[in-house]
Order: sequence, then structure tokens, then C-alpha cells
Amino acid sequence: MFKRTKTLFAGLAASTMLTAAAFAGELIINTDTSDPAPKKAFEEVIAGFEKENPDIKVTWNLFDHEGYKTSIRNFLTADAPDLANWYAGNRMLPYVNAGLFEPVDDVWEENGLNEQLASAKGSMTIDGKIWGVPYTYYQWGVYYRKDLFEANNIAVPTNWDEFKAAGETLKAAGITPITIGTKYLWTAGGVFDYLNLRTNGYDFHMALTKGEVAWTDDRVRATMANWKELIDAGFFLENHAAFSWQEALAPMVQGEAAMYVMGNFAVAPLREAGLTDDQLGFFQFPMINPDVPMAEEAPTDTIHLTANGKNKENGKKFLAYLARADVQTQINETLGQLPINSGSSVGDDKFLQAGYEMLSNTDGGIAQFFDRDAPAEMAKAGMEGFQEFMVKPERLDAILERLEKLRQRMNK
Amino acid sequence: MQNYWKRNQQRLAPWIFLAPGMIMFALYVIFPIFQSVSLSFYEWDGLGAKTYVGTENYVELMDDDDFYTSLKNNVIWLVLYMLAIPGGLFVALFLNQTVRGIRIYKSLFFFPFVISQVVVGLVFSWFYDPSNGLLNIFLGLFGVEPVAVLADERYVTYGIIAAGLWPQTAYCMILYLTGLNAVDPEQIEAARLDNAKGVKLLWYVVLPQLKPATFIAVVVTIIGALRSFDLISIMTDGGPYGSSRVLAFYMYEQAFSEYGFRMGYGAAIAVVLFAIMMVYIAFFLFKMYRDEKGAH
Repeated sequence: MFKRTKTLFAGLAASTMLTAAAFAGELIINTDTSDPAPKKAFEEVIAGFEKENPDIKVTWNLFDHEGYKTSIRNFLTADAPDLANWYAGNRMLPYVNAGLFEPVDDVWEENGLNEQLASAKGSMTIDGKIWGVPYTYYQWGVYYRKDLFEANNIAVPTNWDEFKAAGETLKAAGITPITIGTKYLWTAGGVFDYLNLRTNGYDFHMALTKGEVAWTDDRVRATMANWKELIDAGFFLENHAAFSWQEALAPMVQGEAAMYVMGNFAVAPLREAGLTDDQLGFFQFPMINPDVPMAEEAPTDTIHLTANGKNKENGKKFLAYLARADVQTQINETLGQLPINSGSSVGDDKFLQAGYEMLSNTDGGIAQFFDRDAPAEMAKAGMEGFQEFMVKPERLDAILERLEKLRQRMNK
Repeated sequence: MQNYWKRNQQRLAPWIFLAPGMIMFALYVIFPIFQSVSLSFYEWDGLGAKTYVGTENYVELMDDDDFYTSLKNNVIWLVLYMLAIPGGLFVALFLNQTVRGIRIYKSLFFFPFVISQVVVGLVFSWFYDPSNGLLNIFLGLFGVEPVAVLADERYVTYGIIAAGLWPQTAYCMILYLTGLNAVDPEQIEAARLDNAKGVKLLWYVVLPQLKPATFIAVVVTIIGALRSFDLISIMTDGGPYGSSRVLAFYMYEQAFSEYGFRMGYGAAIAVVLFAIMMVYIAFFLFKMYRDEKGAH
């Protein structure tokens, strides 16, 4: 009897010690980086972090990219990890408002991130506090078939008239100027963003997506009128509402379409489909209104400290590590994207270099993307409206009034 | 206590056996119904605090074009899906013969019901594909311009229903095939002696005997029409611009999708859908009750 009690006690003591030790050195990270390149990038970052902090054991839960968007709501409330990845801008607002993310101003302060990550500080700040650490972003713009442009003697367009003229030449040669697949809506959001940024500028675009300007405003109509010019001239791929963005790559690969308004992630599948760097090029979305400074679209991916996590100190250590210049260089090399840290170096891929150069010289502001800048409900209704507009441009008034009705209800 | 049990054993036993099922049913079906109804009077994003808004969600619903589109599509689905019943009957009559290898033909006709709805959706999206799809290649032979069935608000719902009818017809067929086995051959013989044939024989002699099969076919087809969610999600994701949504899909979009999380509004849609279904359920229960009573 006595003996048994003793072993029991010893066992109890041992297990308490074990949990205590585990508590000191644990870190739980949830991410949605399920695609091959992002997955590998995170494997490397975590391995690097563990090497520098041998006393911390990292538990990494990998979620499916699409499923993550709903599961993050559950795990942040019920079973919070210490860190979770998400997106900058308005997209993180619901979690900030619900008190599920924790501000990390001190991490920025202590590690000099205010200078190093200055370019993304604006999109990470809500209510004067900083809510996470950005680690990667990528440019949007126009990806085009260089060989088709050359064959038709088209120079890279830099303004609206040249852009329209280029499209006319392509049409005359039997090539669809712009390919797009709007089945999942967001691609149309990208086109709207650029048209609106070029027509009305960054500040107006942000005010509109935040719901401060009426959708029936004349300036919105000006953007839509520019869009209508392209639609009426038959610039966009026919039946685009039937295709996903990947399916819309096919006409471009086959040489039936020449341009794609897209993010840099389109380069990898285009290369895999057999396009060489001689055939594929990138240019900045052309200027429309010369009085408006050129703003760009560059969605930023971020990592956040959760409010309900248990290992806050370790979480902050990881954030500081992830923000470091050399770490961001490495992670973005694997991702094939651009680092945020100004001390990092950019991979020598042609498109990365082009994007880096464009974004470094952007003075008009950097937008996240329509569905990250606008609140979720507005984003969905807006992108649906854009798709409808691209198919039935004559319904413009009805669409804008519907969006305005929604804006007023949301502002109530 | 012991005595009480002894005295009432006969009376209590059925309830004890029923209890697990009833508790489950109450917990997972009845209770959520009331929960949804109460939730529909709140505004809630699933994270923060709930705000009581009274009937505001319903007022908004009455003024929501998307809601009416979904409602209209629901009705189209319910009506056109019924085509699976005559379709299934026709195939069953056709296959109800004794030829060599008939079992193989029967299995082949039944095959679409066995594959997943998701696969059916994918197969039909490729079939409808405006640039390389079989449908448009076929139409092209007659000089018809390609039709983007799934990208055109006029055709999209019909296109998805056609995809859904493929497995549903197979289901009705199998129901009728088993029904036809139970048709009394003596009655057919008697009818033939009286010189009945063709449509008349079918209508007055065979069909009345297939009544139980028809009843089941109607029930499963209505259920099938309301389960259109998978097909819509895989084929169009509700698009183009929401014109192929049905109420269940709209509810999902509002409450659970990436851009949704309006739990209260989603609940209000669910309540309306439930109210519509109640009409059918009531009719169904009433008919069952009447038939059971008639049997005595």
C-alpha cells in the first residue's frame, strides 16, 4: 500500500514537472499555407527558428487554404494557437474588434520594425495599434504575351489611349486582348481596383471600399464608364463567367488572348504550361488620369498573435524572428514573392524584380485587394456586381443602386 | 419502486426503447429549429455579441432581390425535378423485359445514381464548357453559336437541373423496376383478354398498381430537388452574379461562406425555407395518416 502511494506520488511529480517544462518552451502556430511552395517556406522558417531557440518546441498545424477561412473563427475562440496567419487591411478587422488578436506594438518597437517594415505599417494598423507582422506580398499588374505584342508591333502601353489602341490592334489580329475568368468573382475585383485607382486615385478608392463614399457617386460612374469602353470594344474573354482564373489561363497559353490583369502567382502556372520568359512579360497597369498618382495593388500576408494563446512570449520571439531581414529574404525566395523588410534582398526572378521596382517607386499608395479593403459583405456584393456589369453593362444603374443600398444598411 | 416497475413494465417499456431516438431527435432536430427561429431575430457575426433586432432581418428579406431569385429558382427546381418520375417510369418500362444481359443494361442505367453529386456536377460543367464542351461541339455541327449555359443567367438553372435529373431519373427507374416486379401478371393477362393494350393498359392497369412506387418516387424527388446544394456549389458557385442560387445555397452563403457570417440573416432565410417546407411536410403527414387509417 505504502509503496504504491509512493510511486503514484513520484509519477505525479514527474508529470507536473513535465508539463511545467513543456509550458516554458512551447509554441503553437496555425497556418493555411497548404500549397507546396508556402508549405515548404514555413517548414524552413520553423526549422530555422527552432535551431536558434532550442528550448522552444514548435507545434505547427497546417490547414487547407479554403477551409482555413472558416476554421480560423472556430479555433480563435475555442482552442486558440499562439500565432495564426491571416491578411492585412480590413480583412483582420472582425478579429481585432472581437478582441481575438493582440496588438504587438512592443515587438515592432524593440526590433526596429517601425523602420524596417515601414511600407506595410499602414495596412497593419487599426485604432493606432499594430496587429501583427507582415512577411510577404506580391504585385498585381498586367501579364502579357510579349511575342504576340511584338508580332503585332505593339509597344508596352503606358497610358489609356495606348492601352485601348493595343487592344484594337490585337482584336484586329483575331486575338482576345484580355483573358479573365470571373466564375469565382474576385478576378473582376482586381480589374475594378485598378480602374478605380487609376481613375480616382488611392484615397478615393480607400474611402469607397471603407463605405465612406456613395456607390452612386459620379466618380464611381467615371470608373465604370472607363470599364464600359473596354467591354463595348470586346476586350474581355467571351463567356468569362463560366471560367475560373486557372481555366482562363488556357487562352493565353494557346496564344488566343494576350493580357491578364493578375497577381504574380499567375506566373508559376503560366511557366508550367510552357511559356518561356521570352514569351511572357509584365507591365504596370497603364495610367488613365494623369492627375492621379499611380497606386498599386499588393496584397500582404501576415502573422498575428492571438489574444487567447498561452505562450505569448514565445509568440513574440517568433514574430521578431519572422520580421528579420535575412529570414524574410529566405522565406520569399521559397515563396517566389516579395519581402516586406527593407533590408531583405529580392530573388533575381524577372517578374519579382519588375514588381519590386514598381512597388518601390509607388508614391500613390498600396491597396490590399478589393475583398481585403472592403468589409466581407460589401466585397461579395461588389464583386458580384462587377461580374454582372461585365456581362450586362446596361444594368449599371441597378447594380450601383443595389450596392448603395447595402452600404447604407451597413453604415447604420 | 420495485413494485411500481412490476406494475407498469408493459406501459413503460416502449417509452424506454423509444427514448434514445427521441432524445437524439429532440436534441439535433427539434431544438435547432427553435434555435434558428430565435437566432433570426438577432444580428450576429458568429464572434461578437448578439444584438436583438426584432423582425429587421425579415423586413430586409422582403426587400432583397437575391432572396426572390433564390425563391424562384427553388420553385423551378421543385417543378422541373418532377420530370425524373415519368422519365424513370419510361426507362423502367423499357428495361422491364427479359433479354440476354438485361442485368448489365439495368446496372448501366442505374450507374449515374451511384456516382457522387460532385462528380456529376464536374462532368456536366465540362459538357457545357463553351469552348471545348461536347454540347457546343454538337451544337456547332448544326451551325449554332456556342452557348455558355452556366454563364448565362437565362439558362443556368435549367442547365444545373438537367445535370441533377440524370442521377434522379436513375433513382426513380430503380424504384419503378422493383414496383413492376410486384405487378400482378394475372391482372395483365385478364386485361389483355379484354383487349386492353398500350397506353390504356399502362394507365388503367399497371399504373394503379405502381402507386406505392410513385409515392416514394415523389418523396425522394422532392427531397432531391431540395438537396440541389452540391450541384450548384460545384457547377456555378451560385453564379453568374447569384442567378443560380436556391434558398439553401443563399442561406449557406450568408451564414457560413467566406464573405458571409451574417448568422441572423442566414437563420431568417432558413426559417422561411422551413415554413415553405412545412406545407409539404404537413401534406405528406396528412396523407400518411389518411392512408394508415384507411387500411384499418
